Amino acid sequence: MTTEAPAPIIDVRGVSKSYRRGEVVVPVLHDITFTIAPGEFLSLMGPSGSGKSTLLNLVAGIDQADSGRIVVEGVDITRLTETELARWRANSVGFIFQFYNLIPVLTALENVELPLHLSGLSRRARREHALTALDLVGLSHRLDHFPGQLSGGEQQRVAIARAVVTDPTVLVADEPTGDLDRVSAGEVLDMMARLNRELGKTIVMVTHDPRAAARAHLKRHLDKGVLSADDPAENPD
Amino acid sequence: MILLRILIRNAFRNRLRTGLTILGITIAILAFGLLRTVVSAWYAGVAASSATRLVTRNAVSLIFPLPLAYKDKIRQVDGVSHVSWGNWFGGIYVSEKNFFANFCVDPQSYLALYPEYILSDRERKAFLSDRKGFVAGRKLADRFGWKPGDTVTLKGVIFPGNWDFVLRGIYRGRDRTIDETQFLFQWEYLNETVRQRYPSRADQVGFYMIGVASPERAVDVAGAIDRLFKNSLAETLTETEKAFQLGFIAMTEAIVMAIQLVSIVIIVIIMAVVANTMAMTTRERIGDYAILKTLGFGGRQIALLIFGEALVITGIGAAIGMALTYPAARAFGSTLSNFFPVFNVARETLWLDLGAALVVAVVAAVIPTQRAIGIRIADGLRRIG
Repeated sequence: MTTEAPAPIIDVRGVSKSYRRGEVVVPVLHDITFTIAPGEFLSLMGPSGSGKSTLLNLVAGIDQADSGRIVVEGVDITRLTETELARWRANSVGFIFQFYNLIPVLTALENVELPLHLSGLSRRARREHALTALDLVGLSHRLDHFPGQLSGGEQQRVAIARAVVTDPTVLVADEPTGDLDRVSAGEVLDMMARLNRELGKTIVMVTHDPRAAARAHLKRHLDKGVLSADDPAENPD
Repeated sequence: MILLRILIRNAFRNRLRTGLTILGITIAILAFGLLRTVVSAWYAGVAASSATRLVTRNAVSLIFPLPLAYKDKIRQVDGVSHVSWGNWFGGIYVSEKNFFANFCVDPQSYLALYPEYILSDRERKAFLSDRKGFVAGRKLADRFGWKPGDTVTLKGVIFPGNWDFVLRGIYRGRDRTIDETQFLFQWEYLNETVRQRYPSRADQVGFYMIGVASPERAVDVAGAIDRLFKNSLAETLTETEKAFQLGFIAMTEAIVMAIQLVSIVIIVIIMAVVANTMAMTTRERIGDYAILKTLGFGGRQIALLIFGEALVITGIGAAIGMALTYPAARAFGSTLSNFFPVFNVARETLWLDLGAALVVAVVAAVIPTQRAIGIRIADGLRRIG
């Protein structure tokens, strides 16, 4: 009896991307192909300008590839219109950024509730979901604080709560510890590992930090827009 | 709801800039409202005109008189219900700076034609029975502190000499559009005195005021009156009271045009100020909009945030400006009551204020919205940090 490998949750095939700087076309990604299995935790590493964030943006549906296909959870997102893509992002992906990217005029609770406003949930249900997510990241006591009143680590935890509040299968993280001190970075990485381990979230993380990358199951390197072969990460745990 | 919360909080994120922009809008709307009120005041006589009143004057010019004898012929014209007459007296009270309109009129017929001038029965009787009596509008009496029974002396310019009058009544306007600054005395008093001093000028009137049975007949009646005196020594020109008043305004049309133009220029300037504010705020918030787009919010919601913020800022400024227009107009009106006997903020002016504020907000938000919606999410996110 043979065990079949699960269908990939993310399937990237022959993706290329270039940017135009005035008259000059700058190639960023060349014919990228890879897959990610459900529940995987992948870190993308590489020098600045290697195309890591661009690849992450393409997988997360916030940028469009020039060619190739990207299928996430069975949906070919390269074929979606802007509106369909926005709806898909709202339901299927959670985002964690280097600079937290919270809305400064909203409280922690309101920031976490924000994506739920597109879900059609009742006000009460939205609040309950947001409270649960904030509880998950240990910030139940900071509900009414604005981002400016929170530390960097706390802000990133609010961002994680916002990323998981809609219960997406895929989380994308772009340098999630890049703006944090070592202790806060450790807490954030612990939390992401927990989300992966306990809630089965598939995580794609771009990082420069080898310590952060070591938390992932898989490491891939990008250099000058070319992806290296699989490299199982050494887990320091 | 969340978008409303964001846009209101965004509007006050940079309090100094928002405060200064609101101040600018307040001043612009106040200035716009006052200028529109000046234009309305210019047309106050036209607004108060009745469609059932005609004015007959000398066809050559208003300064030439008409014979008193015309009144009986005019009365016989089919469709005429009332005939009254009068003269511009042009008297000066103490000093030329105390200018106000003063007319001598045939009191009985004139008051019948102008039911909007409200006098008590006692005052009316006192006025009609005293050859040297006069009635003054409430604002005019207040201005000089006149009380019934006071003797007021006017220095005649067209009819030289000192003319004594006794105040017999103070009229009030039926509504706020009625001029309450007029001085009306008996035409007979003038005519008798003129007959003694300048006999050749006796039995001459400056104008006839004619009441017609229905507004539809006004044009026909005017034509019939003018035909009656065609080829006479004093041919007449009869027009509706409104056309007569507009004829006066036509003489100062350039000033009215200039005021209207300045009011529009003010709105264009404030539009540029608000557009600049919105351009700055949108540039600062491009990262926020990129986050919202990342989370799945669309262009329509981003547009709502920017247009909403522009509307909140403009709306607050406009509301304060409109509220201040009333006391400012009162102060302005009392200072310039010599020139603008009726100086009221019309409801149309408030609608124009609102319309101007809406146009300012919408125009100011168009380009920032296009930019915010058009920017790629990745480019927007790159602006953060």
